[in-house]
Amino acid sequence: MPLLKDGKRVADPWVHVADEVAVPATGAVIVGLKRWRHERASLLKRGDPVGVRLKSMHTASDVADDLDHLGVVALALPVFTDGRAYTNARRLRERHGYRGEIRAIGNVLPDQYLFMLRCGFDAFEVRAGDTEKDWDKAVQAISVFYQPAADGRESALSLRHRTPGA
Amino acid sequence: MYQYDELDQRLVDERVEQFRDQVARRLAGEITEDEFKPLRLMNGLYLQLHAYMLRIGIPYGMLSSVQLRKLAQITRKYDRGYGHFTTRQCLQLNWPKLSETPDILAELAEVQMHAIQTSGNSFRNVTADQYAGAATDEIEDSRIWAEIIRQWSTLHPEFSFLPRKFKIAVTGSPHDRAAVRFHDIGIVIHKAPDGEVGFEILVGGGLGRTPMIGQTIRAFLPKKHLLSYLEALLRIYNLMGRRDNKYKARIKILVFELGIEELQTLVEDEWNRNKDGPLALPQAEIDRITRQFSAPPWQTPASAPNQPVGAVHAFENPAFEDWERVNVAEHKQPGYAIVNLSLKALDRVPGDLTAAEMDAVADLADRFSFGEIRASHEQNLVFAHVRQDDLLPLWRSLGVLGLSTPNLNMISDIICCPGLDYCALASARSIPVAQRISMRFQDIKRQHNIGELRLKISGCVNACGHHHAGHIGILGVDRQGEEFYQITLGGNAGENASIGKIIGPAFASADVVDAVEAIVATYLAIREVGETFLEAYRRVGAAPFKQRLYPEPNHAVA
Repeated sequence: MPLLKDGKRVADPWVHVADEVAVPATGAVIVGLKRWRHERASLLKRGDPVGVRLKSMHTASDVADDLDHLGVVALALPVFTDGRAYTNARRLRERHGYRGEIRAIGNVLPDQYLFMLRCGFDAFEVRAGDTEKDWDKAVQAISVFYQPAADGRESALSLRHRTPGA
Repeated sequence: MYQYDELDQRLVDERVEQFRDQVARRLAGEITEDEFKPLRLMNGLYLQLHAYMLRIGIPYGMLSSVQLRKLAQITRKYDRGYGHFTTRQCLQLNWPKLSETPDILAELAEVQMHAIQTSGNSFRNVTADQYAGAATDEIEDSRIWAEIIRQWSTLHPEFSFLPRKFKIAVTGSPHDRAAVRFHDIGIVIHKAPDGEVGFEILVGGGLGRTPMIGQTIRAFLPKKHLLSYLEALLRIYNLMGRRDNKYKARIKILVFELGIEELQTLVEDEWNRNKDGPLALPQAEIDRITRQFSAPPWQTPASAPNQPVGAVHAFENPAFEDWERVNVAEHKQPGYAIVNLSLKALDRVPGDLTAAEMDAVADLADRFSFGEIRASHEQNLVFAHVRQDDLLPLWRSLGVLGLSTPNLNMISDIICCPGLDYCALASARSIPVAQRISMRFQDIKRQHNIGELRLKISGCVNACGHHHAGHIGILGVDRQGEEFYQITLGGNAGENASIGKIIGPAFASADVVDAVEAIVATYLAIREVGETFLEAYRRVGAAPFKQRLYPEPNHAVA
């Protein structure tokens, strides 16, 4: 899958390791939550970066105590209409203060980029044909935000009542 | 009325262009119908039985005369010259062309309107009391809070893909005209014993296949915490609401499965972490919105002191007197009245209004009600601020338009979904049944003798016609290609909400009006002095109605 990170197509430094496949000796890997729980010690001992994949029924609190060790939390959208990942991303950023990469995986579509960005996602495994141009168009489509969220964009409420000179 | 500022306008304009691009991609074949569907549903565009249907949002039912004229112009230019007011205080166009829908949205944006989230699994149009700002029993204007919620819920980044659609209603009066107990979230404005005004929050009400009455999840919520509390509640629903079965995905099922106490614990925990964050409402914003709903410049005529409703011209004209007694409500300002325009005349489709009528209503609103019009969830219109000494000329003008039928809350004031005449989901037609019932009970004196009787018809189990909440509810069902109608009795949408109970086996289409007649006759025979249909039903229960409808014992099983 091509990776868009902060809006740019980049080479993916991470390798997804499927649950039934052995973890390679070196290199940054993203593993499932179950494996992370069972093989935590050996994964950390490798010395290379580790990330965890969460299914949409998992919650941010499933990895809350591990965040210092995780370079990526990848949140799955099995279908784009499954909106749980949005809440999980916001909780990771806002409740747990996670500063690492939050990656969208699964059914990731341009029309949802902006919502995801606002919830704290910063990396997107996109469809083969989706480009930086699609990204720019999608995230620039709307420039007014009624809600404060995880991305620091200023809300309409804040713009309206900003103290002059502050 | 709320006026968009530069930010509100920019968002709606940008949204139109975003949708224009999406439609262009669809028309060019760059995206499939399956990919396009969720995009059009975020903009209120459905594919119905015969054509696309565009549902235009009317936040809390409020329209200016300028907006209503624009709607008239749109129905002429892009549709077939009429629109249909819905139970969510929206307006549906039944025949738009896909290629023209971006232009329709652009024209709506010119008058500060949109169709954002009038469909799809997100927040729907926020509804409120159609008498807001005019009702005698109002604690505070519900529109202020409905507008605050409208903004917060528009393009919410976290909650645009909820398990299912989500409906919020607000009432500022203890007498609930907005059916808040049948909403995913119902908000009741309360005054605490110490005088502080805040909200009671109800959750888990709904109609559909599994009707439920909302339960109180918070007895009193201070004003400034409204949005942080709603966000906490929606967050728990977004995570825990069922996504495996669309018929079990509404929040009412989560409330039922978890129990209200458990849900309350989870929401309070979430809320306590965030309540003093950036969603806490600054007083300056509450004041900004409140100012926009300030009272119009009432000019109470010194010559016409306040009259109780029904007494203004009591001895001059019996037809006027009937209308005034039934369709006019008391206003909080002496010398003023609230006027209901019935969209349920004998020859009308409930809730439909033609372009010419929209223009004429807009003109009358300018003349008699400060240029504002409200749509009610009962699919009627309201002029909220009419001088009592204007009632007679207004009545005459409405009569010319066929909008003065004195049947508010009577048996012919039927809530009715579009049914199989339009809707792809319907099992049976509903509009013709409504028309046949209106025809049968057309004698207005007879209707007035029967008194308040709310009859509601849905063409399928999704219950868009609110049949569960009807004193008499009628549900269309399909039996091997034949239309049948199941009747429920005893439902009610107000502050004493109840869900109607099925009275017995369904009736064939040809028999359903006779069945309604038999129910009414039973009521008239058993009622005590001054007792409404609902009160009588609650006193005696279903038995006498069953006996009358199913006289032979072998038919008397449900």
